[in-house]
Amino acid sequence: MDMTPTTTPSGRGSMIEVGGVSKSFGATRALVGVDMSVPAGTVQGLLGPNGAGKTTLVRILATLLAPDSGRARISGVDVQDDPNTVRSLIGLAGQYAAVDEALTGRENLVMVGQLYRLGTKLAKSRADESLERLGLVEAADRPVKTYSGGMRRRLDLGASLVGRPRVLILDEPTTGLDPRTRLDMWAFIRDLVEEGTTVLLTTQYLEEADQLADHIVVIDRGKVIASGTSGELKSRLGSDLIEVEVGAADLERTTAALSDVGCGKPTVDADRSRITIPVCEPVPDLMAALRTLDKAGITPSDLGLRRPSLDDVFLALTGRATGEDVPATPRRTPQTAGSPS
Amino acid sequence: MTTVSTGTTSRATPPGPATIEPVRLPPSAFFVDAVVIAKRNLIRIARTPQLLVFATIQPIMFVLLFRYVFGGAIHVPGMTYVDYLIPGIIVQTVVFGATSTAVGLSQDMTNGIVDRFRSLPMSRSAVLAGRTIADLLRNVFVVLLMIVVGTGVGFRFHNGFGPAVAAVFIALLLGYSLSWVFALIGLSVADPESAQLAGFLPIFPLVFASSVFTSIQTMPGWLQAFAKVQPITRAANTVRALTEGGPVATNLAWTIVWSVAILAVFGPLAVRRYRRG
Repeated sequence: MDMTPTTTPSGRGSMIEVGGVSKSFGATRALVGVDMSVPAGTVQGLLGPNGAGKTTLVRILATLLAPDSGRARISGVDVQDDPNTVRSLIGLAGQYAAVDEALTGRENLVMVGQLYRLGTKLAKSRADESLERLGLVEAADRPVKTYSGGMRRRLDLGASLVGRPRVLILDEPTTGLDPRTRLDMWAFIRDLVEEGTTVLLTTQYLEEADQLADHIVVIDRGKVIASGTSGELKSRLGSDLIEVEVGAADLERTTAALSDVGCGKPTVDADRSRITIPVCEPVPDLMAALRTLDKAGITPSDLGLRRPSLDDVFLALTGRATGEDVPATPRRTPQTAGSPS
Repeated sequence: MTTVSTGTTSRATPPGPATIEPVRLPPSAFFVDAVVIAKRNLIRIARTPQLLVFATIQPIMFVLLFRYVFGGAIHVPGMTYVDYLIPGIIVQTVVFGATSTAVGLSQDMTNGIVDRFRSLPMSRSAVLAGRTIADLLRNVFVVLLMIVVGTGVGFRFHNGFGPAVAAVFIALLLGYSLSWVFALIGLSVADPESAQLAGFLPIFPLVFASSVFTSIQTMPGWLQAFAKVQPITRAANTVRALTEGGPVATNLAWTIVWSVAILAVFGPLAVRRYRRG
């Protein structure tokens, strides 16, 4: 099913346009007919598990990889026809900090500035600016090999900002970072968007997409399986959820007992022995659940009402939790993951 | 297929797509970018002294081994063995030194910085040119060091200053052209360890089945036939003639032909491999 597209006149105002992009590596189909359009000054979240095709799409947009078919444009410029113009418009920061370990932070940034042919003077002042902004002034003249993981990631982001990109492509910018550093990264990204930068952000973290993205595309096995704002995606699961946790022995019995409660099919997470039921009228439904459980003589170890998270959306769309990798054998596409119009 | 788009947000006046000027690389881009990359690689070399130490200890070991262990048993016509050996060592040094291009490029590929370079509006071939130029300058350093070490164990120039400079130049020319072979290897293998191995495998038979350490006259006929024409023998003979005297023209011409041919074939192949990603 498709989210109702709020109108962006095609082309105009859209900084990233992807149309029918496919890419295979041997027998592996990394991307299958992906379409996407990102309006200027917004954050597009690209959400999917490992191996979903996120990085392949990023590499195509960053001119590192040619698609087998389809078109990709940055600010109206085709990535294959005019890669150098595209390169001058984008900044790329990735999961693996692409900085030189032997150089200092400052040397790395000045080098990138010189490769944009800013001239040494401007390259230096841009480097200072980036270092200041990313809180790396003190470490600026130390070799990068002495940096922590978070500092390297910040420097990598700094390097992608030296050319003042209009479009920032961030491939899992916070994967592997501690929560504190992740919050810092989020703050930087928000600031950049405030200034008018358009951001494409890939992530495995639903929370990250939820926090940063104006609009989210969920991809799985190379296909777009859903898109919309985080609110729209969540609303597809009903407004609220009842979550019941019981002993593993009671799981089946409890699921059966609660089958009439709520307004949707319960999701059972056997690993955590947890049952999640979408509800339409939260309080009456919760009370009904309590009565049912009481009558059946089941005492849950935990019971509560909560707003759905994007994790629930993902689970419902793909039949897998976000942490799981794509299984080798293709599974049936769940009903909710409609391939729309 | 899904076409997705979002509504407008409250953020003000993001730059629209209407104002894009096409970016064309100026002709100077190649030179500017190559210098920036070369400088970066030279900083790397200077800051990882263990690599330089490894690159210099190995030829020094060869000098000591052949000068004092095998040297007494090797007889070469017309000159002392140490005067025969050091010109050979100079060629061996630049050839082994050229393999570091493969390792360095492979490291850059593995750690992601090549992706950074590829995503910048810079000259594609400058990344390879900058790398090979830095490796050439390192070779200059190592060759000068080998001359110092050689002099320490008894080597002398017997043919004057000009030809001696020409000898160093011709060795470096061969080393530089081979750097492009190793650039292609470095871009084609999966990791730096494979690059190291893939670099040394072809080099070993070329260096040992040559006139680097001994006269090829004592080799069996089939090996002699190979040893005689291959570039490392040609270069060793040229360097030897230039430093010690003797007929130089044929070997010099062949060394230049080999170097230019290797550069003409492997330069474009390496650049094409780099572009393809």
